[in-house]
Parts: sequence; C-alpha cells; structure tokens
Amino acid sequence: MSRPQDIVERALGYSVADGCVVIVAETTEANLRWAGNGLTTNGQMASRSVTVISTMTRGESAAIGVVTRTLGDVQALQELVRASESAARDADPADDYAPLVEDYPHDDDWEADSATTGVEIFSSFAPALGEAFDRSRERSELQYGYAEHQLTSYFIGTSTGLRRRFDQRDGRVQLNAKSDDLTRSAWAGVHTEDFSDVDIAALVDGLHTRLEWARNRIDLPAGRYETILPPTAVADLMTYAYWKASARDAEEGRNVFSKAGGTRIGDQLSDLPLTIRSDPAAPGLTCPPFEIVVASDGALESVFDNGAPIAATDWIADGRLAELVRTRSWAAKTGGQPTAFAGNLIIDAGGTADLDSMIATTARGLLVTSLFYIREVDPQSLLLTGLTRDGVYLVEDGKVVGAVNNFRFNESPIDMLSRAMEAGRSVPALSREWGDYFSRTAMPPLRIRDFNMSTVSAAS
Amino acid sequence: MAQIDPTFLALPARRLADAALGRARELGAEHADFRLERIRVASFNLRDAQLESATDTEDVGLAVRVVHDGAWGFAAGIDLTPDGAARLADQAVATARMSKVLSKDPVVLAPEATYSDVTWISAYELDPFDVAEADRVGRLTELSERLMAADGVDHVDAHLTHVLENKFYADSSGTTTTQQRVRLQPQFTAVQVDRSAGAFSSMRTLASPTGRGWEYLNGVGCDLDGEIAELGDLLAEHVKAPSVEAGRYDLVVDPTNLWLTIHESIGHATELDRALGYEAAYAGTSFATPDKLGALVYGSPVMNVTGDRVVDHGLSTIGYDDEGVRTQEFDIIRDGTLVGYQLNRHMAAQQGHNGGRSNGCAFADAAGHIPLQRMPNVSLKPAPNGASTEELISGVERGIYVLGDRSWSIDMQRYNFQFTGQRFFKIENGRLAGQLRDVAYQATTTDFWGSMEAVGGPDTYVLGGAFNCGKGQPGQVAPVSHGCPSALFRSVNVLNTKSEGGR
Repeated sequence: MSRPQDIVERALGYSVADGCVVIVAETTEANLRWAGNGLTTNGQMASRSVTVISTMTRGESAAIGVVTRTLGDVQALQELVRASESAARDADPADDYAPLVEDYPHDDDWEADSATTGVEIFSSFAPALGEAFDRSRERSELQYGYAEHQLTSYFIGTSTGLRRRFDQRDGRVQLNAKSDDLTRSAWAGVHTEDFSDVDIAALVDGLHTRLEWARNRIDLPAGRYETILPPTAVADLMTYAYWKASARDAEEGRNVFSKAGGTRIGDQLSDLPLTIRSDPAAPGLTCPPFEIVVASDGALESVFDNGAPIAATDWIADGRLAELVRTRSWAAKTGGQPTAFAGNLIIDAGGTADLDSMIATTARGLLVTSLFYIREVDPQSLLLTGLTRDGVYLVEDGKVVGAVNNFRFNESPIDMLSRAMEAGRSVPALSREWGDYFSRTAMPPLRIRDFNMSTVSAAS
Repeated sequence: MAQIDPTFLALPARRLADAALGRARELGAEHADFRLERIRVASFNLRDAQLESATDTEDVGLAVRVVHDGAWGFAAGIDLTPDGAARLADQAVATARMSKVLSKDPVVLAPEATYSDVTWISAYELDPFDVAEADRVGRLTELSERLMAADGVDHVDAHLTHVLENKFYADSSGTTTTQQRVRLQPQFTAVQVDRSAGAFSSMRTLASPTGRGWEYLNGVGCDLDGEIAELGDLLAEHVKAPSVEAGRYDLVVDPTNLWLTIHESIGHATELDRALGYEAAYAGTSFATPDKLGALVYGSPVMNVTGDRVVDHGLSTIGYDDEGVRTQEFDIIRDGTLVGYQLNRHMAAQQGHNGGRSNGCAFADAAGHIPLQRMPNVSLKPAPNGASTEELISGVERGIYVLGDRSWSIDMQRYNFQFTGQRFFKIENGRLAGQLRDVAYQATTTDFWGSMEAVGGPDTYVLGGAFNCGKGQPGQVAPVSHGCPSALFRSVNVLNTKSEGGR
C-alpha cells in the first residue's frame, strides 16, 4: 500500500476545489481482555482512514464537503476527492467558515514512516498478568480487566501548503479485582504510552489491600458527605465539564458557563488556587499540538481549523474561570481569540498530599474508588448523575474503617469546585468513565464538602 | 424491493473468505469465520437552520476469528486481497496461541445449521444515500426553520444520522450470508434562552431512531411535521411550568420514555455475558444471575418481555447474526418471572440454555471488532385488550405522565436507576393538569417493575430505540430497538433535579 505522505500529495493533486484539506490516520492496535483470572478476548487491528475536506467559495464564506473512507486501495482516492467536491458543490455555505490555515514553521518530521504496534507490546505484560492470576488464585480473588495499546499516525496536508504529522501513542490498563464470592470489588486504571511503566504486580497488590479494607461492611444512608474523590473520579467529572466549555454556547446563553447578560469568564469558581489547563506537550500526556478535526462541532471544533497550532491554555487560573474553547470562526465573528480544544486536561492546585495522607487527616468522610454511568441531568447547572463503583470506604479518625454501600450521586462539577476543601498532589489519572475517548488527564485527589450521595445502590 | 448494493457485491468477498478460511484450516483451527463489512454513515448537524456539519464516512474491512486449540484468536485489517486475508488468518492463529496460556476452559461453539449462500435485506423503502444530499439537508433546513419561527424558540439544533450497513459472513462449516440494513435517526431540539435571568430550557422531538429509510422523514412511521408544529408551544409551557415537589407519585410512562428504562434495566441485565462476569470490569455485571433463571420475580404478573432480532424496522433486526446463527424471537420474562437470556454460540454451548442453541445475539459493530453478545430488540408486550393511555391516566389520582427520554443512568448490577424525560404532565384526579419541570424518577429495577399495575393495549405500542448502545472493550456501539405500550406504575420515587443540585 502507498505511503500516507503520498496519499496526501496525490489527493491534493487531484483536487479542483477552491480549498482542500486531506487527513490520513493510520491506526494499529492490540488488546487483551480477561475475566475470572482467564483471558476472554484479544485481537489486533490495522486500519487507515482518509478524510478529504473540499471548500467552494461562496462570496465571503464557503461551502464544504467532508468525506471519509477506509482506504485499502489507492485507486479509490480520486473518487474520494470527487465525492468530497461534489458534496461541497451541492452544499449551502458552512456556518463555521474560516479561511484554511496557512503554512507556518514547525518541527514535524513529515517523511518519517508511520509508527505501528501489535500484540508484541504485551510480551512482558502478558506473563506478568499470568503471574498476577496465580497470585490472585492463592488469595481467593478474581481478576477482571483490559489492556489496550493503540497507535495512530496522523498526516494533514492543505492546499495552503501546510503539512503536519503526529504519532499518538495511547495505552490503557484497567484492573478490577473481586473476592471469589463476588461481594467485594476494587478497581485501578492507568494510562501509558508504551507499557514500560506498568507495574501490574503493584497494581494487583493495591487492589488486594482494598479488598481487605472491604471485609468490614458498613451500611450508610443517602446524604451529603465530606468525600475524598481520587484522581480518576476528578477526571471523570472535570472531563465532562471540559467538553461543555464552549465559548459560543456560553455567549449564546446556553451552557453552565453562561450567566445573566454574559459569561462567567472572570468568575471565581473555587477558593482553592486551582489551575485547569491543557498542554499538548505535557510529559506522559502528549497529544497533537495542532488541530485534527474530521467533523465540525460548531460549539467546540471546526474542520476549517485543521492544522492550526494548539497552544497550552489555562481554562481556570487561581480558581477563576479564565477561558473557554473558541473556534477560529466564532472568534472572528465575535472579535475574540481562538482557543483550541486540546487532547489532554491537567488540574493542579499546588497540593502535595497523596491519597494516604488525605485519609490520615480526615476526621470522618467517604473515600470513593471510581465513578460510573455519568450522565447530564440539568445542562443549566451541569448537574450530573452517576454511581460510585468498586469501593466506597468510610474514613474515621484518619483510618479506613470499612466499605460502605454504593451510592447514586447528583452533583455538578462546577458547583463542586466551590465546595472543594483540599486538593492533593496532581498525578496522571485515567478517567474510568471517559477514558475510552479521553485518556490523557492528570488530576489531584479532591476533598469535597457535602458531596450529594442522593440514593443508595444495592450493587456491590 | 431493495437489492444488495451492487458496489458491495463487487468486492471480492468469496475469494477473500476462501483464502482466509483455507489458511486457518491449514494452521489447524477447529473453527474459523470471516467477515467483510462495509458501513457507510452520513451525519448532518444544523444549528439555527444553518448547516454546521455534513459528513460521509465509510468503513470497509475484513476480519478473521478462529478457535485454535480451544482458544480464541482474532485479527482485522483493510487489505482486500487474498494474501491480506490469509495474513489475518495467520495473525488470528498467532493471537490464539498467545491466549492459550492465559485461557481456562477450551472454547466450544453451539451447533448451528449451515446456510449456504443466503441473502437478507431489512425492511425499508428508500435508502437515504439515494436521495440527493441537497434534498436531505433541505428537508432538515425546512423543519428547522419552521421550528425557529415558533414563539419563544431562540435556537434549534437539528441532527440526522443514517447508515447503510453491509455484512458478508462465511465460516468453516459452510455458511455464507450477505446482508444489508438501513437505519436513520432524526432529532430536532428547540432551545429557549432568557438572557436577563441567565437561564435556558430545551425540548426535543420524540420520533425514535428506526430501521427505515428516507420515507421516515416524510411521514411513514412517525409524524415529524406534527411534532415540529407543536414543539414550540410545548417548550413555552415547559419554561413556565412549576417545579415538581419531590416525593412518591404514580407514573404513567409513555413508550417514548419507557423504552430506555427497558433497555437499561432489562435489556442489559439479561445479557448472559454480563451475568457471567465477562463485562465485570467495564459495563458491569447483573443482579439477574443464572442461578435465578426460572425463579427470579422480575416484576408484576402483567410483565412479559421478549428478545427478538426479527421484527420489521427493529434496529437489532437482521437475518443471521455475526456467528452465522439464524435470528429468532425468545422469551426473557414470562408473567413477571425471568425465563431466558441473550446468548451467543460459545455461551449457549457452555451454559446449555435454549436447548444448547444460540438465540442469535452475536454482533460486531465493524469489521475491526470481535463479535460480542449484544442486545436483541428487547420488548415489553402490550395487553391484548389493554387500556389506552388516557384510560391509564384516568386511574391515577396524583401522578405524572412521562414522555420522551433524556438523562439516563443505572448502576453496574442494574439495580438503581434514575431517568429524566422530555416532558412531564401532572395528573390530578385522572386528568392531565399542565406540565411540571425538574422531574427525575428513580427506583430499584425489581421494585419498579413490581409496581407496574397495568400495561396498555396494542394501540399504545411504539418501537423506540437507540443507535448508541455501548459495550465491550475495545468499545463497540450497537443499534437496538425496544417496543412497549404505555404502562402504569404505582408509588415511584420522584426527585426534583434543582434541589438535587442544591438550588
């Protein structure tokens, strides 16, 4: 099959549109899945998709055609370009029109081959997992979980002369341990770029500790509790808030960042010195430093912005809402500055305490392991519902005294920030709920006052 | 009468299948199956009647799955050549070898008849891909503009996704199937913004996603024009409606809302792979464990639930599943008692349910993914001479009539759920008495279904559904329908979502 660089050049060569963007994404991935101390499914996959975006000028704006195909056969390329042009020719002017991004200096190695992965990435992980199964059998525990490595090489070319490429490396491990009577359960998850930093034995031992904590079972009623959210749960809640951080929606009065007469930019959302930011260069969480958009979502991302650089941005600085996500089109219409949605999210309040020391300084409160099935209940307040999962622990006088029943919570991540009493040390954290789509996050554990555990769940 | 798309038939499916299955046989696989799939998706978003995005995406690929020395192996790719297909068989056997050391019991598949060279096409009139794009966008624009023109509507979001799915399947027993499905989902949301109060409200059309073609946009199977005509007034009434007082209420739940409660609290809970723990780390398990089959009282005696992949326009409906099993209808809950599970061939053989035969619930959402046990259309039966919705309402002194799905969430064992909706009407002394807002209903699955006093008649029955049912790792998305009548539930816990948010 031809090289992606050649596909980009050839497609741009075929184009007779007023403007053209070609995006090639080459993906390879491998995965292992297990349940009850045995492997269940596995696989490896390779794919290549080509997106052609054609623009046709219409006065001050342009119409657009966006067509994506899996391309095993380069003969289909010309037809793909024509399909994109024909869609653009028939279309009305696009709502999110902005001029295509012009070429600018950068350090990408355009000619480098695509990076690939395969099951061999698990060559030391798989035996370690087998040993973990053995150890779990000895402890009368069961292991469930999933490991995945995915590598995507992106190539973008535009008719304005820009060429950019990026290799995205993403791996994830999720572990769930249960007692063999299935009454006690614990979970851990990590993001990794290459599996070299995954210590499966340590993760499994950590889960064992939590299963031991759960030997003492305590029933608590629904109510508002001082609650320690671990980094993964903070990632669950704040990633959702990030997806809703559209400047356009806020300025149109239709999201949680709107207020009477304007937006909440400048408002103090937390008394803690919280910074919430994105930075494509963040070590261990690297993501594309330029925009790759195959479908516009007018509130957050626009295909017209393909190739535009993504700068590090503070969304919240010192607890104050500093910025919202703004496409180039919306920025031009409103006189604002474009601020691109980036593929990672980092929260830091300068805290140094780890989870253990936050437990040690708790008089009485709940410690959550992870959250599940999070859905928006009220977009106005960004009230979210969901459940605690795989371990809620009662902490008294600085010690975990046992496992509590699970709860359904109803909480808004934005309101919650105003009740954040303490932030611990920010660490890489995999969101359990959204890690399939957004896995690059670093979060501190947060201590929240009056977290709303709305009803009790019988699930264990 | 629709035909299989000739451009799909032009792909060298049989040559690729022969190469892959032949190679797997040479390598000693005791079972091998091959899929060639092409999935074409068009998606349109309009914001305030202006085109925000239009995309046309096609995924074509091939996959080989083997049972080798009792272990599963799977590989998928996009190289549509005999060499490429044979290479996938090599990779699948290689992954099976690696899995062997970590696997427990050898994989055995339930037997199934051989279907040589059969074809199946879903029930639709006009594939939307055969309608000019300008006409598709034109219809969305027209409906958006009409909704924008209504008093009190400040913004309109319109969305349409339609799919043409082609599956070719062949396996080492000699089954060969070629299938085609069409489905679409139109949605219109009206938004009202009160800038001086910093407040906003929205309401969406109730027309469900469906296994139909473009005719659905023109009044076949739903009435979008009628919905658009009344949505503005309904939103205006909603904005002014009083906030609900939290507490216990009788609920009459419309099929446009109840389908999702069925999906979450029955559909997922009766997936046997979940009940056996295969999804324990991700989608979760189920309270309805196999030891309770035939004994678990799931709900009241008026509750009868089936699984099927055969009903016309059902999103899960297909002729043969992704393991070559002919699709069926089967009982899940009879007179309130759990009597059946959703099965694939591996679990049917292992657990012996359904006489040791799969009931056809294997599905992969693309060539790149392994078939999982996925949900059939799981539907609640109406009462043959059952009441109309108005008659159900007339039997309620103090209650709420719930329409349309919105927010949904349920725990990992399918006990505790919480749902909101698009609109809620107060019921006073058997009559509707205006809208309420900020309503969520919350219950434990068996309590809720146990409180179901009556199901409506066949005239109240509607097939609802979703395009986006998620399961598995790597994640897969499946379309599925749920038919149900209106139904009456006594004394359900209702929350006020404003006070839940501390406001």
